[in-house]
Amino acid sequence: MDATSNIKSAYAQLEGKSKNLSAFQEENWKTFSGIGIPALKHEEWKYIPIKNVFKASMNIAVEHDAFDQSALSNYILPGTEDANHIVFYNGRFQEHASKINEKDKLVVKSLEIAAGDEDAAFVETNLGNSQGYHPDGVNALNGAFAAGGAFIKIKKGAVISQPLIIYHFADSSNGFRFSQPRILVSVEDNAQVTIVETYVNHGGGESLTNEVIEICTGRDSITRYIKLQNEGNLSNHTGTTHVRQLERSNTHAVTITLDGAVVRNNLNMVMEDEHAESHMYGLYLLKGNTLADNHTIVDNRMPHCESNELYKGIMDDQSTGVFNGKIFVRKDAQKTNAYQSNKNILLGDQASANTKPQLEIFADDVKCSHGCTIGKLDEDALFYLRARGISEKNAKALLLHAFASDILGQIENEAIKNYIETLISDRLSLEA
Amino acid sequence: MLKIENLQARIEEKEILKGINLDIKPGEVHAIMGPNGSGKSTLASVLAGREDYEVTGGSVDFLGKDLLELSPEDRAKEGLFLAFQYPVEIPGVSTTNFMKTALNEKRKYQGLDPLDAAQFLKLMKEKMKLVQIDQALLSRSLNEGFSGGEKKRNEIFQMAMLEPKLAILDETDSGLDIDALRIVANGVNQLRSKDNAFLVVTHYQRLLEYIVPDYVHVLYKGRIVKSGTKELALELEERGYDFIKEEVDQAIA
Ligand SMILES: Nc1ncnc2c1ncn2[C@@H]1O[C@H](COP(=O)(O)OP(=O)(O)OP(=O)(O)O)[C@@H](O)[C@H]1O
Ligand SMILES: [Mg+2]
Repeated sequence: MDATSNIKSAYAQLEGKSKNLSAFQEENWKTFSGIGIPALKHEEWKYIPIKNVFKASMNIAVEHDAFDQSALSNYILPGTEDANHIVFYNGRFQEHASKINEKDKLVVKSLEIAAGDEDAAFVETNLGNSQGYHPDGVNALNGAFAAGGAFIKIKKGAVISQPLIIYHFADSSNGFRFSQPRILVSVEDNAQVTIVETYVNHGGGESLTNEVIEICTGRDSITRYIKLQNEGNLSNHTGTTHVRQLERSNTHAVTITLDGAVVRNNLNMVMEDEHAESHMYGLYLLKGNTLADNHTIVDNRMPHCESNELYKGIMDDQSTGVFNGKIFVRKDAQKTNAYQSNKNILLGDQASANTKPQLEIFADDVKCSHGCTIGKLDEDALFYLRARGISEKNAKALLLHAFASDILGQIENEAIKNYIETLISDRLSLEA
Repeated sequence: MLKIENLQARIEEKEILKGINLDIKPGEVHAIMGPNGSGKSTLASVLAGREDYEVTGGSVDFLGKDLLELSPEDRAKEGLFLAFQYPVEIPGVSTTNFMKTALNEKRKYQGLDPLDAAQFLKLMKEKMKLVQIDQALLSRSLNEGFSGGEKKRNEIFQMAMLEPKLAILDETDSGLDIDALRIVANGVNQLRSKDNAFLVVTHYQRLLEYIVPDYVHVLYKGRIVKSGTKELALELEERGYDFIKEEVDQAIA
């Protein structure tokens, strides 16, 4: 049995089980069956041998696997015990294991239910919006299994004081685990929230998580989003974070990739109304054979929107970092300000980086800039520090830490920032 | 303290130091002068351990150790300090932060306990006063956006913090206004003792009025071609380098 027939038999078990999402699933399944998993010749996947990641031996969960609730406590990010927790297990939302403190402001339920209750209209207009930006089999395949997903709503004007942390567990103890979480988020007008996603592969085997999260940010809302990837080097990931921004909404995203096998992150900011603002930051600190590919899109459709983007990469050993940043400025999007920068440091002789800005501008009154660098650690700076008595190892760590610090500084939540800071310091083995 | 014998060095295929001899004893101040491109900064870099330069001959003894065998960081830990002619800008690293790392690495090397936050702060305050440098400057990214004078003053601050046995100052006076020059010279003079020594590279007699040298050497085309006392600096100020260049070039021809 090859990967596709494995997926087919999983889909067959699931077919007809969903009441409210079956049409959506079927449509996506049709798309997936037509185009399959992208090959290297696919322009958007040319650095990622994604076909090889889909293994014939994949375990695909279609029924609700029971998640051992007590396992969560071992993985809570330090200092965030009081946060709102949402648990996914093998790609499926685990309502019983999730913990929502601010229930009057925050609704979390299964996507299947949301598609049939008072939120059905929102689901109808927003679910699947990312497909237009990623018309490939990977996105469609997630859609075909969407019924296991979750729906999150931050109510109008609500300020959520504790972050909303989404834990994605993949159980690989019985072999290669394939999970497909699906999340739809509504940040209603004037609401404020911090959403964190983090991933745990437990079981020590191989895994692939193919995720789609779609967020609609309402008028005057403020959304902070952090994606932290620090699974082992057997964990593969293909994920899309798609944000549809309404008038004057403000989105701030930080994507941190510290480990993994093949990792692909798509981040889309669609500026659908005037005066929307988005900030996109990324840090990929790679070692071993990790391949991390960040594809970002800012689509300016209306005037007076602003975006800032800074991604930084440090590649050691044989690792590879890929950055592709698209900025579209449509005909009507006058007075757009869009800035983009990508900086890479290669530590290992075998390490590599690919960076490609892609600006397509159809309006005339805009300010756009982009820049990218790929280099080694600054030799003059290294010598300066060593000449003051700092060992070569510590001097390198200091410089790399400094390089990473302006991305870390973007994380507002202190507990999460400190935690990531520790992970990075440990990695760079800075001795005080 | 420092004994340089017939030191030769090159970069890529270019011979720059062609046999330097210099003997510096504890308590002494030596000045090195010489035209642009004569090799003064190269000598300083080779002594500090810059690996771009290849030492092709000679030896350097520093406090009984073979200096050329040591890594740059170990040279610093043994008590060598170089105030750079062009201090490097390092975004994201503050002077305070990196001085703490440097100082504690040195203490560890010497078998001493690291300074805790309070002890470090106390030492910093004391040395800041010595070179009249502002806390705000030290909290900023190292040398980033510093004026020329601020960079030089920061070098002297670091020297004061690390209390080296031998400090090499490479044109620390260039770009300083008169007040800053006095402050820097003052900082150096307060650190002078019978146990440590200074090697001061400068183009100007002016600095030597404040930091009075025991010896003045002229470096030209990779060699020390003339040595004397502080009067030599005065003579150079008046006459320029031409008379020395002529002497040397004739001798070679
Ligand atoms: N990296 C290098 N590559 C090639 N040549 C170099 C390099 N570094 C120094 N040199 C050459 O070595 C010679 C000596 O340079 P050095 O900087 O030591 O001079 P200096 O005496 O300090 O001059 P100045 O008074 O201008 O500071 C110069 O001719 C310079 O061009
Ligand atoms: Mg020089």
